[in-house]
Amino acid sequence: MTEQKRILVKGNEAVGMGAIRAGCLYYFGYPITPQNEIPEFMSRELPRHDGEFVQAESELASINMVLGASAVGVRSMTSSSSPGISLMQEGLSYLAGQELPAVVINVVRCGPGLGGIATSQGDYFQAVKGGGHGDYRVITLAPASVQEMYDHTILAFDLADRYRNPTMVLADAVLGQMQEPIFEHGDVPPEPRKHWTLTGAANRPARHLKSLYLKEGELEAHNRMLQEKYREIQKHEVRFEEYDVDDAQLVVAAFGTSARIARTAVSRAREKGLKVGLFRPVTVFPFPGMRLCSLSERVKKFLVVEMNTGQMVEDVRLNVKGDTEVEFYGRPGGAIPTPVEVLTQIERHY
Amino acid sequence: MYYDVFISGFGGQGILLAGQLLAEAAMEKGLNVTFFPSYGVEMRGGTARCTVVMSDNEIGSPIVDNPRCVIAMNQPSLVRYQESTPPGGLLIVNSSLANLDDVKRQDIEVHGVPMSELAVELGNARLSNMVALGAFARLSGSISSDEIAGALEAVISERNRSLIPLNERAIMEGVRYAGGK
Repeated sequence: MTEQKRILVKGNEAVGMGAIRAGCLYYFGYPITPQNEIPEFMSRELPRHDGEFVQAESELASINMVLGASAVGVRSMTSSSSPGISLMQEGLSYLAGQELPAVVINVVRCGPGLGGIATSQGDYFQAVKGGGHGDYRVITLAPASVQEMYDHTILAFDLADRYRNPTMVLADAVLGQMQEPIFEHGDVPPEPRKHWTLTGAANRPARHLKSLYLKEGELEAHNRMLQEKYREIQKHEVRFEEYDVDDAQLVVAAFGTSARIARTAVSRAREKGLKVGLFRPVTVFPFPGMRLCSLSERVKKFLVVEMNTGQMVEDVRLNVKGDTEVEFYGRPGGAIPTPVEVLTQIERHY
Repeated sequence: MYYDVFISGFGGQGILLAGQLLAEAAMEKGLNVTFFPSYGVEMRGGTARCTVVMSDNEIGSPIVDNPRCVIAMNQPSLVRYQESTPPGGLLIVNSSLANLDDVKRQDIEVHGVPMSELAVELGNARLSNMVALGAFARLSGSISSDEIAGALEAVISERNRSLIPLNERAIMEGVRYAGGK
């Protein structure tokens, strides 16, 4: 590999750079803090790449424009922050039902309601449990650095196309607004051939994209097929990162910005001689539950740290062995846990 | 090597630009760096703050409780953040706009630099952020003033490139006031 130059960019810009690199040609969105640098970037860059930027009249329109673009087989995306993502849930359900790829970036801010513009992880449940109606899942990536904002955006386009499934990058306001050096590295996997797109049926049989199945047994079969796909995703796409877990007596589990804060706390605990490690889910759907389960054969205590009042902690409890203790520390929307706070919790539960 | 700093002042004082410049300089020096700004409510006269973390190791938290250094560019920032820095830490105060008599800490190193006045003497009050960075370079030892000045080209927009020499002079003025090379 030739030596590459690092560049200092904001997380939101890194999303835009990753999207352009992945061959995204259409962006549809509606402004909301703290993700406005994404549409700003795309409005500037897409026309230079023969793409189109559309400021939609609402988030509801944005997600359905993505659905339309996806149906004709082009790579498109939208981005928003929590209140706007709530408005997109209906569209996400339709995308999942019709098996359409789509990339959605959520730069999470605090709620409920309009909440505030500060950072939060309050949308974990909405993202990983399927926030709209019906029995579906959205592939959900949880970046923890500006580099991952770039990498995960590229990965999201690839996973969305390969599994014909909506894919979300679940970031937060800190990741969107902070700047870090990144490499624009990595080969972008080739876009898979799409045999299902609606491109005009001249000289070929007609194709249909729909989520309405009324015939006897049809919908159950469709749902079983979707669930089989989600199992495949769980089998092949789990990603996680670990620090210092080998000899750890206590493992902190955290994703996104919380994992960065916890990382500092874990390093300080190590300096004090405490055997503490960090487990960071990189994908939160699929959740790395099997790995947590095997870790819990040796580690008897986990401390889950989140910027919410306890969401991912439920998935941790579900996956560790029965006699494992799972403690929780979180700050609700409007506050950020600090490394000192997390270290205090580590010392308390160690 | 690990160093973290709060830069705080009024919106319009170039707080975020100062942080970005420091971050860019740290990156060009080969360090890892994070820059986290206050956002969304920036306006002239409001409060602006940013956190810069520099390290030759991987950086964990971009959120910092107790930075080694606080640069307080105005009175509210002095009042609010002087308690943040740990014993032995560094507090650099813009004594043109903040009252050094209000420094309560005895256990930290405090330096008053009349950043705004020095900037006006150089011809533009908006250079006070560069004076601050010069003083920071001299006093923190975390990065050199030449390294900061060398990053100006990357963060100053093209239409303002002609102002780079003036910004360099302001950085050197901060160095000089804080004790020279």
